Amino acid sequence: MRQAKVIRNIALGIENLLLHKLRSFLTMLGIVFGVGSVIAMLSVGEGASKEALDQIRKLGSNNIIVSAIKSIDDEAASTTHSHMSIYGLTYEDHIRVVESFGTIRQTAPVKLIRKEGRLGERALELRIVGTTAEWFELVRRPILAGRVLLDSDVEDNLPVAVLTEFGARKLLAAESTIGQSLRIGGDYFEVVGIVKSESGQAGNIQVPDEQIDVYIPISVARTYFGDIMVRMTAGTREREMVELHQMIVQVGSIDDVEPTAKGIEDMLERFHKKKDYLVSVPLALLRQAEATKRTFNIVLGSIAGISLLVGGIGIMNIMLASVTERTQEIGIRRAIGAKRRQIVSQFLIETVVLSIVGGLIGIGLGVLVPFLVTYFAGMATVITVSSIVLPLVISFAVGIVFGLYPAVRAAKVDPIVALRHE
Amino acid sequence: MSAEAGSSCDGKIVQLEDARKIYQMGTQAVNALAGVTLSFKRGSFWAIMGPSGSGKSTMMNVLGCLDHLTSGRYILEGQDVSTLDDDSLSELRLRLFGFIFQSFNLIPQLTVQRNIELPLYYLGWDAHRSAERAKELAEEVGLGERLDHHPTELSGGQMQRVAIARALANEPEIIFADEPTGNLDTATGEQILRLLVELNEQGKTIIMVTHESHIASHAGHSLHMLDGRVERVEGDG
Repeated sequence: MRQAKVIRNIALGIENLLLHKLRSFLTMLGIVFGVGSVIAMLSVGEGASKEALDQIRKLGSNNIIVSAIKSIDDEAASTTHSHMSIYGLTYEDHIRVVESFGTIRQTAPVKLIRKEGRLGERALELRIVGTTAEWFELVRRPILAGRVLLDSDVEDNLPVAVLTEFGARKLLAAESTIGQSLRIGGDYFEVVGIVKSESGQAGNIQVPDEQIDVYIPISVARTYFGDIMVRMTAGTREREMVELHQMIVQVGSIDDVEPTAKGIEDMLERFHKKKDYLVSVPLALLRQAEATKRTFNIVLGSIAGISLLVGGIGIMNIMLASVTERTQEIGIRRAIGAKRRQIVSQFLIETVVLSIVGGLIGIGLGVLVPFLVTYFAGMATVITVSSIVLPLVISFAVGIVFGLYPAVRAAKVDPIVALRHE
Repeated sequence: MSAEAGSSCDGKIVQLEDARKIYQMGTQAVNALAGVTLSFKRGSFWAIMGPSGSGKSTMMNVLGCLDHLTSGRYILEGQDVSTLDDDSLSELRLRLFGFIFQSFNLIPQLTVQRNIELPLYYLGWDAHRSAERAKELAEEVGLGERLDHHPTELSGGQMQRVAIARALANEPEIIFADEPTGNLDTATGEQILRLLVELNEQGKTIIMVTHESHIASHAGHSLHMLDGRVERVEGDG
């Protein structure tokens, strides 16, 4: 019975709002855009930070990544003919790191070489990644066919190769290709497996996966291809000597990450004349990214709060005007026998209906915008349940808070005065 | 309704005892009612007359429970209502009174039906019963075909009929009519007055404020006011 009455009151409120469709709609706009922008901003922000965090997490929170970087001097000098830039990590570095730190669980050195590969009739420019079996444990890649590198491959100097999905497709390799020969430069490698490639771009901390990667044992890479690379770029011959391009170091416990990274940094500093290495710690980046995300959320929250506040004030403004305009109506209702609280609830219901309907439209808008952003800009967006529920609760609260004052004003209307109001 | 009111057996529905109402207008105190004692019998038709400023509107507001007395007593159906709070007065208006105004005071956004249903809504009637009752009442005042119209689409006479239908919706004991013909031409005014007379003949107590004596002549009794006092009473109180 009581429920039926509430429903009837809401129905009458809606009926009354529909009498002024344009005004009701305009009144709602503040809330519509407030809620819409909250959801849109939260989902775009959530999407961006999730992407960043995911990429960092993929690097492993227990990992330290040491990369070779070309120093600026070398960069400038490499345009001259005879120059050969020698930089990066050395095999020595790797051994020293492994031997010096008891905290290390496993490491994976990485050597990169660009060569053309040929499989049957098809040829493709490849990026050869010389590494060890550990690499596949540190950087997990789903196996699509065959197997990944084994310790024995590295120890026994076996000419085996693991293709990535994309490279395999380009070379028309399939499951049946396992066991066939891939020619790299002048040498033949047995294709032992195909793994899924992951195109991450976690800044420049990890040598990003390339679609044309092919993995071979590092021992083989070193003996077959050496450490000197010659590249032809725009008519100049660029010669580089790099022993190792990267080292992924995994420590046993998360507490060891930062001290070990510091130790490696210090050690490298002692042995390298120039700073041609970069030690990065995904954990630190993760923390930084999380802190950034928090700041971001606070900023977004404040903007959203302000826009909802503005929306609320808009509603209050219109409702106050409406109370003035409907003074006579209020007087009539009071004369007929409406109690003050019935007038309060009448106006409050109207405001709450306005703000909730505005909130719902805003949710529609707020869900549409991230969808469009993803569709047109290709940015990841994440709509969480809380990013929808929260604005709806807020818009309900806005309706109550900003509707209360006009409603109380309405109830204070003196019927005697109101009835003479023309 | 009258059965539960204890002292209504003496036939007095409305009694004022030394009723005073003082308004503060700036620094000046205005005695809108300056000690009025009167009583109206159930089923009577009273015209309250007097020039503007005589206190007849205040009298109407007080009797209609829209305004409190500054001092004195107002006894309605044997119950002293002078000290009741706002909610209780609202309840009294809802159950006992019907109001008719000079400017009709219909809610322009609502249809004729919704306007008539208004008291029923506050009485808590359900939608279906309210609609039926509204239809009945509209037919009674000759507007059965106009239920879905808005007040603005009606003539003055028709609007006042809607207002009367609304005033009757809660089956009131007393109908208050504040210059009910003030905005109507003479012929239409006559029709409305005849309607009021009919209602009186059906047993409703009617209290009407007017300043025109030919209008007042339809009422059985008249009360002439001047400067907040009862100047004279015509007809049997």
